[in-house]
Amino acid sequence: MSSTLNNEVLGSTSSWQPHDGLLLEVDGLEVEFRTREGVAKAINGVSFDLREGETLAILGESGSGKSVTAQAVMGILDSPPGFVTGGEVRYCGEDILAMSDERRRTIRGPEISMVFQDALSSLNPVFPVGWQIAEMFRQHRGMNKSNALAEAVRLMERVQIPGAAQRVKAYPHQFSGGMRQRIMIAMAIALDPAVLIADEPTTALDVTVQAQIMQLLEELQAERRMGLILITHDLGVVADVADRIAVMYAGRIVEYADVFDLYAQPAHPYTKGLLESIPRLDRKGETLASIGGLPPNLMQIPPGCPFNPRCNYAQDICREQRPELYEVGHHRRSACHFADQLVRGQEPPLTRRRDQLEGGVRP
Amino acid sequence: MSREVILEADNLVKYYPIRAGVLRRTIGQVKALDGVSFKLYKGETLGIVGESGCGKSTLGRMLMRLEEPTAGTLTFDGVDVYTQKGAAMRRLRRDIQIVFQDPYTSLNPRKTVGDIVGEPFEIHRDVVPKGGRRRRVQELLDLVGLNPEHINRYPHQFSGGQRQRIGIARGLALNPKVIICDEPVSALDVSVQAQVVNLLEKLQSEFGLAYVFIAHDLSVVRHISDRVGVMYLGTMVELGDEEQIYSRPTHPYTQALLSAVPVPDPTLRGRREQIVLAGDVPSPANPPSGCRFHTRCWKAQQKCVTDVPLLINRPDGRGAHDSACHFAEARVVV
Repeated sequence: MSSTLNNEVLGSTSSWQPHDGLLLEVDGLEVEFRTREGVAKAINGVSFDLREGETLAILGESGSGKSVTAQAVMGILDSPPGFVTGGEVRYCGEDILAMSDERRRTIRGPEISMVFQDALSSLNPVFPVGWQIAEMFRQHRGMNKSNALAEAVRLMERVQIPGAAQRVKAYPHQFSGGMRQRIMIAMAIALDPAVLIADEPTTALDVTVQAQIMQLLEELQAERRMGLILITHDLGVVADVADRIAVMYAGRIVEYADVFDLYAQPAHPYTKGLLESIPRLDRKGETLASIGGLPPNLMQIPPGCPFNPRCNYAQDICREQRPELYEVGHHRRSACHFADQLVRGQEPPLTRRRDQLEGGVRP
Repeated sequence: MSREVILEADNLVKYYPIRAGVLRRTIGQVKALDGVSFKLYKGETLGIVGESGCGKSTLGRMLMRLEEPTAGTLTFDGVDVYTQKGAAMRRLRRDIQIVFQDPYTSLNPRKTVGDIVGEPFEIHRDVVPKGGRRRRVQELLDLVGLNPEHINRYPHQFSGGQRQRIGIARGLALNPKVIICDEPVSALDVSVQAQVVNLLEKLQSEFGLAYVFIAHDLSVVRHISDRVGVMYLGTMVELGDEEQIYSRPTHPYTQALLSAVPVPDPTLRGRREQIVLAGDVPSPANPPSGCRFHTRCWKAQQKCVTDVPLLINRPDGRGAHDSACHFAEARVVV
């Protein structure tokens, strides 16, 4: 790999070595936003880990805390109003939340980097794209201008931007959405990071372009053995690329499973509801089984299980006692009091009809 | 289903001028819509799919006469829409309504829900007598699954899905026969999206509405549509029953589009054929000659560069449906 060669030449080979292939461990992460209206508990004890070459999908709807989790891991949370109030994020065993800013900068970029959803607003409109990619090499590798620019061209070629050598001086607005996302990816992989966090990388793109970008990410991951955290709301994309999935709801992971297990037999009513509510391209279905109601207001998360007001199986215990993330099988966890039944394919007794939940009127 | 045509578009064309210089002279044209024809039957849903820039939203606006056409005619129930004036046009507008994509910007934040849903009655005063308007608005709210007591609330007090319901209630106010849905669920979360799709289906069967359902999400379109039209760069490239388009697509663009949609089933991973198109959609200001897809098509030959393929009935293996490809051939991609 040419970039590894470059690292050796410049003597900047990573000093971070994963133990047993374990790159990232997030343990009991808690984040809150302190606003004038009150305190919103965006993340309430999220734990997961990531290994070399693995793709972990974090799946959730808007407001579930999936992007905030990524921002906290990257250390780019807007603060104030956002504050990490608990938990650890360990990279190769060392807690990055407790590090000095200076030390953290040696991780952010060279070790863990990120691709954002909206490439147009993430790129600087007044600098050429090549200059922006080259900045990574100048800042972190101390390269001179012309070497850095040559590296930028090489990267643009790697992410399949046609005519890279000519377009290196072009500005972000001169590229299409898909090409801009490729530039974002080029910047993110510039320093050969061990972990890449992709926050909704294809949400703003058309489906044929989405296919191109996902293919590129897969190739790059295989080539560099990167750990990939894919943050998305799209169950289709997840099914195509992920190894494991963490499903988030109201700032918690409600199900954590291998991708095949999860789609075969969801162990949480929310996951089950999501899978049943999406129309499928390969089938002409009947009425969609929608999840009634709305996700909770993060300033007033209901007591007990946060999903209980929308759950078809909710009983008294769900309203009183918050379910832990129980172990329900091999590498598989679910935060539901009835997870054991669900994972075996049995349905707990229905406590309300679906149509009673329709309407979604906020109380 | 009765096959009575309610709306017929014939060769709709919309060019937007590109102006430059001090005198704002026209130096070119963006060919947003370049000859689109179709029929909409009573009570059916016609899905329109395509990627950004293909002209599907322009088409929606043309069907509402929010844009004047460069050429072409639109016939609603035997009446030529584009030649109507004044009172006759206003009368016609009752019958064709629209639901917009973005529930956050399509509702006036300074007005209450009652004002928003009731506004059509201010313009079309004879639909509901003044005294009965508030009650009618409450009925409409109830119909779309909102609490009628929330009539005095403002849009910001509602979630995205609820706001889309408000938009639907407004669209229903004048008892239209056709509703144009321009990406009505694409701004919504999946769990809420299903609620709105179900609501649209319920309303359709209740009132016998015909929908033109414009969306980029092919799965949602398959779910809701009876017939589907696929657009590329201002033209309709394939048009047929939902089953024909999804099971036996004959146009290469449709095939590529369908194959790119991820299916939520990991066991199909690597077993579905994926056609990844190279490059980007060309600029509509300077579309390719002949077949507009020829620059990205793997089947393209000299004929595709010179001759424009017509949208005509072409065999799809089991029967035939409309496709605009010289080398139309069915291929299973889903």
